[in-house]
Amino acid sequence: MGFPDRIERVVEIAKPPAAVWSALTTAEGLAAWFGDKATVDLRPGGSIHMTWDESDDVAHMRIERIEEPSVFGFTWAVSGLPEDDPRRTYVEFTLEPTGTGTRLSVVESGFAQLPADIHEKAHGGNTEGWAHELGELVAYLDAA
Amino acid sequence: MPLDPVPSGPGAPAASGASPPEPEAVAEQVFVALADPTRRAILAALASGGPATATDLAGRLPITRQAVAKHLALLTEAGLVTAEPGERRRVRYRLRSAPMRVAQQFLAALARDWDDRLDALTRHLNQE
Repeated sequence: MGFPDRIERVVEIAKPPAAVWSALTTAEGLAAWFGDKATVDLRPGGSIHMTWDESDDVAHMRIERIEEPSVFGFTWAVSGLPEDDPRRTYVEFTLEPTGTGTRLSVVESGFAQLPADIHEKAHGGNTEGWAHELGELVAYLDAA
Repeated sequence: MPLDPVPSGPGAPAASGASPPEPEAVAEQVFVALADPTRRAILAALASGGPATATDLAGRLPITRQAVAKHLALLTEAGLVTAEPGERRRVRYRLRSAPMRVAQQFLAALARDWDDRLDALTRHLNQE
């Protein structure tokens, strides 16, 4: 089936797991490679907020799993779905020490999740919000 | 460009009527619908302006009411708009967003772009 539910990547990094862990879980680390500004409340159930200087994009992550320095997991909204939509994807980073540094895996799963009744909800309450999002979808496809 | 009315994608289950459509088949219908500029214009008009009749839409778009009606029929069959009950010629069409959300999830996976992010992470750590 072509509908992607997961994204999986592995990279080898020439730094020890502690350095990679810091880049993934601290405000300074995240601001250096992911967002432009970040705040981190590092605890299960805590939040990460990230913003980008050149766009209105905001990412709100909810931290789900912290096993320093080997597993870090959070959920975040699916692009284009409302922030409070219950369908979120789960991102899990796994760090393994190697002889020369760290093997970092990232798995993001849940893209294909879909409540069984979604097709029946023809007149959902958030049509207004979606009117806006459709414009973006159309613009995105027009530009493609 | 004619819309194949509800192409049942490869791998889609035989039409049983009761089972919900495969997400991929739903997404495919959305992409087929959006591949046509006139249908994009109709959907965009319904999205920005809310429910409208075929006559309303023909007034706003550079196409005839007959052409609008033909596209609306196809979009209805694909589940992307629904017709609200009404007197002939006053039937209002409403965007049905559920299939768009399915397609959006497909696009979201394509747009996540972990390759660029992990490249940035690797560069950042190598600079330290």
